[in-house]
Amino acid sequence: MIKVNQLSKTFKKMPVLNNISTEINKKEVVAVIGPSGSGKSTFLRCLNGLEQPTEGQVYIDGTQLNEQNVTQIREKTGMVFQHFHLFPHMTVLQNITFAPMETHGKSKKEAEENAMKLLETVGLSDKANSYPNQLSGGQKQRVAIARALAMHPEIMLFDEPTSALDPEMVKEVLDVMKQLASTGMTMVIVTHEMAFAREVADRIIFLDQGAVVEETTPIQFFNTPSTERAQSFLQKVL
Amino acid sequence: MEEIIPSIPFILEGILITLKFVLLSGVIGFILGIGVALAKLGKSKALGKIAGAYTAFFRGTPLILQLVYIYYVIPQVTPWNIEPFVAGVIAFSLNSAAYISEIIRAGIQSVDKGQFEAAKALNIPYFKAMRKIILPQAIKHILPALMNEGIMLLKESAVISVIGVSDIMRRGQIVAADTYNYIGALTIPLILYFLMVRMLEMYGSRVERRLSYSD
Ligand SMILES: Nc1ncnc2c1ncn2[C@@H]1O[C@H](COP(=O)(O)OP(=O)(O)OP(=O)(O)O)[C@@H](O)[C@H]1O
Ligand SMILES: [Mg+2]
Repeated sequence: MIKVNQLSKTFKKMPVLNNISTEINKKEVVAVIGPSGSGKSTFLRCLNGLEQPTEGQVYIDGTQLNEQNVTQIREKTGMVFQHFHLFPHMTVLQNITFAPMETHGKSKKEAEENAMKLLETVGLSDKANSYPNQLSGGQKQRVAIARALAMHPEIMLFDEPTSALDPEMVKEVLDVMKQLASTGMTMVIVTHEMAFAREVADRIIFLDQGAVVEETTPIQFFNTPSTERAQSFLQKVL
Repeated sequence: MEEIIPSIPFILEGILITLKFVLLSGVIGFILGIGVALAKLGKSKALGKIAGAYTAFFRGTPLILQLVYIYYVIPQVTPWNIEPFVAGVIAFSLNSAAYISEIIRAGIQSVDKGQFEAAKALNIPYFKAMRKIILPQAIKHILPALMNEGIMLLKESAVISVIGVSDIMRRGQIVAADTYNYIGALTIPLILYFLMVRMLEMYGSRVERRLSYSD
């Protein structure tokens, strides 16, 4: 479903990603972990064309992502950000229906019906007419997930979806993501929630200084990490 | 003071002309200003340069000179004769667009980058995202600055009297010349401009309060 081939990215001569190759299969849940500044966000953003690789290629469903087809390919991906990025001047319902109506040409009725269904799955039916500033962080992030799902993506990308949340709100967001994983959604999740990664991910990609240092099953990664860098990282975070 | 009273309606009629002038110039200047701001922020280097030069020119020369330049020079170098009112609207729109474009550019840049990213990730086309997501938030941040620009426009509009547009200012001058009653003929415009500015200010703070929902 996603194929990354020798991907490198430099920002103004500073190397951020260094020769990354991997494949992510349909229905797979991959957790990307690593220290701050290791390039996790940049890697994720290369997968939906928010960043262009300096070298190497990203293929989605066999098609190479390039500047011409980026909108088409992006149709297949949804993204959830650390800081939600809800549209503050729109209600929850408008946040969710805006893109389906404006980019997919859905009717208001159809878009709203779908939005209400999604709000129900994230447990926020009663917030449809609230504005983002009336919601808690966890609620905002669940709306952001619903907003991304409203575009019917085949792949969901999460960039530290719980890092900006108060501890007591982390679970409600992770629960929604777990539920999403159980429906067979292909997911790439950048996260610092080790317990969650261990429980939900099929595979762990450990990035350090822009390179894939370890790529393995959660069991192996958490129980018997093979590299020293992964060991010392786990010592710090567990 | 009495000899001024029959002339009061004549001066008051200038309100409509001044308002029409300010509204037209303001709206055209605002729309143009958005265009210039987008050119400054856009990908095209050439457009950005042109927009920058445009702003530099209109901010770097006196408005009154721009006005008389347009009014007197265009008929000399083109086959068109321009009405004073139209010349005024052209000069004031172009001039305010230069200032407004800077305000709007700052406003757009003040919107959280994440908003652009979220719009992009949702595949919302650039101009639609600008119009429906970015600009509404930008305008909220820059409302005081825009209000200021509107007040400047209203006050500076008195300059069009020099090319013979019969706005409040010009009518005051005509009455002053007719009656030799300078105090009366010029105090009325003074009060009118002041009241109009006050009303604009009050309207501005009302809009600002209404828009402060999401902070
Ligand atoms: N647009 C950019 N321009 C210049 N440098 C950038 C840009 N985006 C990221 N970087 C740099 O690239 C490096 C990797 O950034 P990235 O955000 O991908 O790391 P990360 O692993 O997501 O870190 P964190 O855990 O803090 O989110 C950092 O040093 C960062 O400063
Ligand atoms: Mg990051």
